Amino acid sequence: MAYDSFKVLRSSAVPLPIENVDTDQIIPARFLKATERKGFGDNLFRDWRYDKNDQPKSDFVLNNPTYSGKILVGGKNFGSGSSREHAAWAIYDYGFRCVVSSFFADIFRGNSINVGILPVQVSPEFLHQIFTEIEKDPKAELEVSLPEQTITIVSTGASESFQINGYKKHNLLNGFDDIDYLQAMKDEIATFALNR
Amino acid sequence: MSNSQKTLFDKVWDSHVVRQIADGPDVFFIDRHFIHEVTSPVAFLGLEQRGVSVLFPEKTFATADHNTPTINQHLPVEDPLSANQLLQLEKNTSKYGISHWGLGNPKNGIVHVVGPENGITLPGMTIVCGDSHTSTHGAFGAIAFGIGTSEVEMVLSSQCIMQPKPLKMRINVNGQLGKGVTPKDVALYIISKLSTSGATGYFVEYAGDVFENMSMEGRMTVCNLSIEMGARGGMIAPDQTTFDYIHGRELAPKGADWEKQLSYWKTLKTDAGSVFDKEITFLASDIEPMITYGTNPGMGMGISKNIPQAKDLEGGASSYAKSLDYMGFEENDSMIGKKVDYVFIGSCTNGRIEDFRAFASIVKGRKKAEHVTAWVVPGSHVVEAQIHAEGIYDILTEAGFALRQPGCSACLAMNDDKIPAGKYAVSTSNRNFEGRQGPGSRTLLASPLVAAAAAITGVVTDPRQFL
Repeated sequence: MAYDSFKVLRSSAVPLPIENVDTDQIIPARFLKATERKGFGDNLFRDWRYDKNDQPKSDFVLNNPTYSGKILVGGKNFGSGSSREHAAWAIYDYGFRCVVSSFFADIFRGNSINVGILPVQVSPEFLHQIFTEIEKDPKAELEVSLPEQTITIVSTGASESFQINGYKKHNLLNGFDDIDYLQAMKDEIATFALNR
Repeated sequence: MSNSQKTLFDKVWDSHVVRQIADGPDVFFIDRHFIHEVTSPVAFLGLEQRGVSVLFPEKTFATADHNTPTINQHLPVEDPLSANQLLQLEKNTSKYGISHWGLGNPKNGIVHVVGPENGITLPGMTIVCGDSHTSTHGAFGAIAFGIGTSEVEMVLSSQCIMQPKPLKMRINVNGQLGKGVTPKDVALYIISKLSTSGATGYFVEYAGDVFENMSMEGRMTVCNLSIEMGARGGMIAPDQTTFDYIHGRELAPKGADWEKQLSYWKTLKTDAGSVFDKEITFLASDIEPMITYGTNPGMGMGISKNIPQAKDLEGGASSYAKSLDYMGFEENDSMIGKKVDYVFIGSCTNGRIEDFRAFASIVKGRKKAEHVTAWVVPGSHVVEAQIHAEGIYDILTEAGFALRQPGCSACLAMNDDKIPAGKYAVSTSNRNFEGRQGPGSRTLLASPLVAAAAAITGVVTDPRQFL
């Protein structure tokens, strides 16, 4: 069991309506020096969140007490750039379990699922609806159902389905990870390697 | 068109699938695994916690690069956190019997420079590393891409990862490149046309005479930057240029094994009539020396052009304005003549011998602008030795440039090589994200020629006037 299982998550959400949020913003390289996977949440969005004197910037959403929740909603092309899994660790460690965007960078999407965060890709129109609803009511809740593969804006009832392959869905629902799977087929891998 | 026609990508991918999972990823076998000090320690910790070992230690190669200083490498590393990561890499590799080229080792250097130059990277292989610029190795006709730390642990423990097969894209660039137009410019041009997400979900094959006529160093620069348009990787069919580069390198096949491998490598090309999910063609003559003006690598343009207006873009106006504001630029600005504070030549993108030859071709007989701080960082000790052997060191010294020691350096500023807040750096690296080269730093991505012209004049300058 590598992480908590994910089934249905109902929560308010933190809006970050910026496009191309790259992994250097999520966790700058100078904070990648740990040799254990802990404490990364403190430096999530470090340079947007704190000024050069390490004081919180009041205009950044994570420093605004109006917004909270276990769901992060970002603009198009979220997670581009580096393969650092630390970006997903930082988001998880901060307390998010789901990231919603209209488009995810490839490696970030994979890393997220591997650490137990559900990336939910919605249409640009639905993303716009979510941002609008949160703007109207910062406590507006979203409900993300992995079994149903749906995301719903609770107040309006607007809903959209999202894609995830059956294997990864099963893993997330049960908190299994790929290493468990691969360990169970080691003989098959050894035979494959021998025949190459 | 029959199904028997395969692309280069299909040939390499399909021969590495151990198992196909229905409605899931492929269990994908990895031939070569590179690791470095930053993204591997948690993976080793995972092995310990699970009580599993490294399945094929001889297929993993370690080098220290991200965190290493680029001066005084003979002294202990001052930053205790960096020193600890280097120590952990040494301990972990020693414990499991993995090859390790640490600081001070004559083979040390940036992982994507040392792999190819030592003959570890070969055509037809699958290659991964916990670093997105692993796409570099695609220049050899390998499938190479970056992975996360969970996947590093998968490869260590099972030599496999779980990957859905990406879609296929072919990018053709045909014709002759103009004066002063380098592989870096070709890549930045393509990214500026496709955007940083234009190839997400795809694996790219680069084709056309521009790539066929390119050196291996140039092909590595192009494939390196594949990730910057969102592609997992990019590859180029191996040819005589590839075989000549590999032949005789220390860990490359020798004798009868060489002959056997060579005959296999010669089959690694896309069959005529193969179908790609997407195909794009550009003309070499449309490309000029490039420079970026914004905070992602897609925000680039020909150096003679003016910064585009938000109204000419498809949406994203507020993010665009935020980006220009960070850079201190305005719509319609020309980049020519903008003041430059720092110049960085190096990185896995442009830290090979050809890049320093290009840089030297412009600075030779000239002087570095006084106000410019220049960091000249070879990609490896082998490159450093070449710089000395070819007389480039003397050219640099006479022009007022100091040569540093190998490492990733200011590309991601994990070590002390940080661009100060608000300062402008013309950089041959790969990312111009906010703060990438140090908190508040402002990066202009460009080729070694553009970097050299900026270093001499102290402002953004079209390098063609020096050629």
